[in-house]
Amino acid sequence: MSEHDPANTVDEADLPAVAEPFTGDNPIVIEGLKNSFGDHVIHEDLSLTVRRGEIIGVVGGSGTGKSVLMRSIIGLQIPDAGTIEVLGSSITDAQDDDDIDIRSRWGVLFQGGALFSTLTVAENVEVPLLEFYPEIDPELRHEIARYKVMLSGLPEEAASKYPAELSGGMKKRAGLARALALDPEVLFLDEPTAGLDPIGAAAFDRLTKELQETLGLTVFLITHDLDTLYEICDRVAVLAEKKVIAVGTIPELLALDHPWIQEYFNGPRGRAAQNSQERGAQAREQGHADSVDNSGEQGA
Amino acid sequence: MRDWADFTTDAEEGGASTIALTGALTVSCIGPLDKRLRELDEPIARIDLSGVSAIDTVGAWTAWRTARDHDAEIVGASEQAERLISAIKDSKGDADIAPPRAEVIERVPAAVGDLVVGWGEGTVGVIGFLGSLVVSAGHTIKKPSKLRVKALIRQIELVGVSALGIIGLMCFLVGIVIAQQGAVQLQQFGAEFYTINLTGRLAMRELGVLMTAIMVAGRSGSAFAAQLGTMKLTEEVDAMRTIGVSPVEALIIPRVLAAVLMMPLLGFYAAVMAIIGGAFLANFALDIPFFTFLARIQEVVPMHDVWVGLVKAPFFGLIIALAGCYQGMQVKANAEEVGIRTTMAVVQAIFMVIVLDAFFAIFFTKVGWG
Repeated sequence: MSEHDPANTVDEADLPAVAEPFTGDNPIVIEGLKNSFGDHVIHEDLSLTVRRGEIIGVVGGSGTGKSVLMRSIIGLQIPDAGTIEVLGSSITDAQDDDDIDIRSRWGVLFQGGALFSTLTVAENVEVPLLEFYPEIDPELRHEIARYKVMLSGLPEEAASKYPAELSGGMKKRAGLARALALDPEVLFLDEPTAGLDPIGAAAFDRLTKELQETLGLTVFLITHDLDTLYEICDRVAVLAEKKVIAVGTIPELLALDHPWIQEYFNGPRGRAAQNSQERGAQAREQGHADSVDNSGEQGA
Repeated sequence: MRDWADFTTDAEEGGASTIALTGALTVSCIGPLDKRLRELDEPIARIDLSGVSAIDTVGAWTAWRTARDHDAEIVGASEQAERLISAIKDSKGDADIAPPRAEVIERVPAAVGDLVVGWGEGTVGVIGFLGSLVVSAGHTIKKPSKLRVKALIRQIELVGVSALGIIGLMCFLVGIVIAQQGAVQLQQFGAEFYTINLTGRLAMRELGVLMTAIMVAGRSGSAFAAQLGTMKLTEEVDAMRTIGVSPVEALIIPRVLAAVLMMPLLGFYAAVMAIIGGAFLANFALDIPFFTFLARIQEVVPMHDVWVGLVKAPFFGLIIALAGCYQGMQVKANAEEVGIRTTMAVVQAIFMVIVLDAFFAIFFTKVGWG
């Protein structure tokens, strides 16, 4: 029949088996992780458990190994010791790249977007689809690419643009579209709002939250942005002294008497973010009350 | 083996039917289903999602698009399915995924036009580049303290010293080949002793400097283009400009100077290595003792042959460095362009070197250095 018929072009036996969606409570479990570059130890006996469906923010000073932690989880950095399990399968037991068979179930947004510079945005989104699901019709693939571009908050005409033609914020959104290409269960974001203007950053935060709610994602989010932490993170993990020294909601962290945490959240920027979040919450309540009032008037 | 998503058709009176989707409507299981749904041309009234075990945005999109195309109604959608559908349904699904491509009949003349305009702009660009180089060179001559001595020495090491091994080996082998092939032909009329003349003069006049130019273009010309191109991409060149450091003075002058200074030395060295290669072969294959060969070289190779090689070499070095630096500085968009520009730098450099060599051959014959 048509030349794109999967029965003709793709051998059924070649297709990887499809795993059931993860139903456990903890999609990411890290235990006793140790990472070092030469003599320089980055992580020592680091443990962290991420709960399903939460947005976990990872904070820490520059050089505390936040990105290294993310690279370890997604299998780009081989740790010296410790175990990492993502979606129930072990990353650290994998002997080589091919052993990590859950790549189709996570999406990663790198700091600079890391878009393939010779492909358009839509073609970037299609790369994982083509790699993992070659049986999908080109027509459907193009459609998927288009609505993912839209989901990530880009105008549809951005789909045909090359990365070099995009601004920094648009590159991040395009990178997010590619990260979402396969409807992943876990999303890794490395400083998604760094380098964005406050309006763009707030919009990106909202987008992350919306996508997390709509698609039921677990989000592992590295950030320096206190507003992001206050606005969208369910829990925050603090990286210091080569390990995760505390995990919890921001009030829980503030109750701890750790100097770095106190300075981080109670510094001038931390307080500003806290205030703006309170104001935002009040405004939302106000707005909600207004809308109730309005509907009441209309009803009367 | 996968459990592909499937559907059943329930025909009703009036011709409109209900499509009941079953199985997992997820990206991994939807491939064949989507195609079959596209081929449906009967009227559809309802799309029933109540038999769907799992759904993601791809499934939601497929269901929603089918419903849209047939003016059907979606029923039995779970809460999650409805949430997903409302998230994706704003996509019109007709945006271009790549920039529109013109018809061949437009594209070919457009490409030819671009090429011609590109040549014109390239010529202007090269002239502008040469101009800025001359100006910077003038500044440097007026104020020699502006010369980046460290950078120059570093480039001399990269272009010259670290090329010694490969150029020496290559020319040694080429010397063997020339001597051996020459000997085979000259033996036919008992003149194999002239192999020495052949090897010596060829090596000094042409081979040494030409082989060196090709190797330097491949090693250093390409490196210049790739380095400068990457520095352009990472905005290092722009950063230099804003600090007030002229990229031409800091980056290009040391590279050009290094290539111009190193080429004559490398060329002469290459010629010597080729002669040693020839002598080596003659020693074993032609019964001409090694040192007899070398002593004879002094008698049969006129001094002006050495000068021919030495005069040409700096010009070749200049061409190679200019091509590399110019192409590197032209990089604008992306990583692919670095590759294209690097290729162009090497191809242009070698081509120009050979064209110039032909002119030099005629020139030196006319001035009596033949």
